[in-house]
Amino acid sequence: MKQNMVTNQKQIQITYLKPAKGLAALNLKDLWDYRELIYFLTWRDLKVRYKQTVLGFTWVILQPLINMVVFTVLFGQLLKVPTDGIPYPIFSFAALLPWLYFAGSLTRSSTTLVGSANLISKVFFPRMVIPIAGVLSGIVDFLVSLIVLIGMMLFYQITPTWNLLLLPIFLFLAMLTALGFGLWFSALNVRFRDVNHLVPFIIEIWKYATPVIYGATLIPERFRFLLGLNPMTGVVEGFRWAILGSKYVETFNPGPLFIISISITLVVLISGVIFFRNTERTFADII
Amino acid sequence: MTDIAIHVEKLSKKYKLGAMYERQDTLRDLLVSTFRSPFRKKEKREDQTLWALKDISFDIERGSVVGIVGRNGAGKSTLLKVLSRVTDPTSGVGEIRGRVGSLLEVGTGFHPELTGRENIYLNGAILGMKRTEIEKKFDEIVDFSEVVKFIDTPVKRYSSGMYLRLAFAVAAHLEPDILVVDEVLAVGDAEFQRKCLGKMSDVAEQGRTVLFVSHNMSAILRLTTETLVMEKGRIVKRAPSNEAVDYYLSSGFAETGEREWDQDEIPENSAPFLPKVLRIRNEQGQIVNTIRSTEKMSIEFEYKLEEAITGLRVGYYLMSSRGEFVFTTFDTDEPQMYDRFLAREKGHYISRCEIPADTFNDGRFIVGINASTYRIHRYFQDERAISFNVDPAGAPGMQWPEQRLGPTRPRLHWEIEKK
Repeated sequence: MKQNMVTNQKQIQITYLKPAKGLAALNLKDLWDYRELIYFLTWRDLKVRYKQTVLGFTWVILQPLINMVVFTVLFGQLLKVPTDGIPYPIFSFAALLPWLYFAGSLTRSSTTLVGSANLISKVFFPRMVIPIAGVLSGIVDFLVSLIVLIGMMLFYQITPTWNLLLLPIFLFLAMLTALGFGLWFSALNVRFRDVNHLVPFIIEIWKYATPVIYGATLIPERFRFLLGLNPMTGVVEGFRWAILGSKYVETFNPGPLFIISISITLVVLISGVIFFRNTERTFADII
Repeated sequence: MTDIAIHVEKLSKKYKLGAMYERQDTLRDLLVSTFRSPFRKKEKREDQTLWALKDISFDIERGSVVGIVGRNGAGKSTLLKVLSRVTDPTSGVGEIRGRVGSLLEVGTGFHPELTGRENIYLNGAILGMKRTEIEKKFDEIVDFSEVVKFIDTPVKRYSSGMYLRLAFAVAAHLEPDILVVDEVLAVGDAEFQRKCLGKMSDVAEQGRTVLFVSHNMSAILRLTTETLVMEKGRIVKRAPSNEAVDYYLSSGFAETGEREWDQDEIPENSAPFLPKVLRIRNEQGQIVNTIRSTEKMSIEFEYKLEEAITGLRVGYYLMSSRGEFVFTTFDTDEPQMYDRFLAREKGHYISRCEIPADTFNDGRFIVGINASTYRIHRYFQDERAISFNVDPAGAPGMQWPEQRLGPTRPRLHWEIEKK
């Protein structure tokens, strides 16, 4: 018992209060200390999202399915978007999976911070855990909808290739992209509620700027680098490449595009972390 | 020196009123105001600052229970926010030794859709507990909260009492080195309040430090040994609690029987309700500070409504100088008054309340003001708007020069029958 007291004495943490001046230290250790909170917030998000719905988790599967059916009828059948011989349903579904994950994550991470205003003005914790949880909770939805993908791969008799092993990397890139932009948007949202209204539009426009309903090959070769400026191009094309394997790689190789995408994502993410860290100290005062 | 739990030095916190009240909510507002007056903006901004805390310095020893009292807007909550790192000070430094836990407003961080069990974990994590700690404490928390039967029911189905007990239970079992309590005990029934106060003194006995903000003077007196009195962002007094409470209750009152509100004393969010003057009048209608207990008196409150308010009620709390409530009354308590003033139009009003003779015992009484609509909105509140003294000359029982217990001294009808 006595020994216990001694160690307790030693472990007393000292916190210094001081005015916020200059660039904040990134202090990512803080986040590590609060990793359990990230876990609980992610878990809460999941628990709450489908409460009091009749279909519950089925929505996770229905959402991409309905999207895919609409796209197939509109773009596959009526407009006949070129897919390099790949059946349009799986062509679009392979891209829709990461896209829906990204869109959901970006929306959540941009808006949940303001939604947690009463927490932020009362309790201290690294504010970044909220957008991070927003990005993580979509992963479970994503994994569930993978089941549909597997079903479709069986149906269209697509043999998985080694490419498939790289799928998590593309998912990770989508996550980092959503987080990078989410950090910017959520921090701006605290000050300017316009962001709440803006985000749905940005996502809508972004969807058309990303080869989700069409393939990157639709764009003339000399302009294709422009697509690469959009990190989601790398993700979406990466997904097709990983899932459709050899069939897709013959006509399109996402290699160079992917490198540009990664660089852009990293720039947005790092600047987002810095921006967020520097504004979070005033969140409690203006939220 | 090693036994100091909290040390702060010249801590100040400035709020830009522009940022707090007239916040440029949207990008458009910012653009418009920048273009309209690009040069004037800077000087205007400087004027609109408010020092919520100004040069606060103090040390608090480990294991002490310290109360903080002060009017609304005196800076108590801001101080707690700075101490718990929710917001940074504008200048000054501080050192906190140990983990700070705040007892929050009821259910902050509770999610209505989640069950009691789930919320315990979630709220514990928000308050900074590790999962293993929560697991270890889980049964104790459930026991304390008395919601065992409903632990797997979503908390949105809880009664407000259950909700409150659960919220308090989580925070109380946080076992922080420094516990910060901001006015949570204002809610809940007496039994529950007793339980919470008991838990808080347990915490103190374990050698933890407690900072306790409250408007409940009897709770402050019961729980704390020492109290800080805050006024306009400064600490104006630090003393043993009974001395500090006495100072707080008797300070800041004009000795005239009249209280006026300046523009800067009216919170922005009280609009369209504008308090003007509060007056204590004796039977002859003179504005006085001391009334005779054998005479009737009146309390009148003058205010303006800049817009009509439906369901407005204006009333008084009367409190003894020991902090116990004597009674509460509203101007539309009577059904016919309620019907007549259901919608109160824009204009200048006086609400006057006559208090019959032989109501008060001798001593000093504090009048608090409240203007609100029932359960919808509180426009204006000042718990300590004015005070007055009561002179008991001629009151019943004055032939015995003894202290009569209780805040009231009614003249009652007695009969003595001889059989």
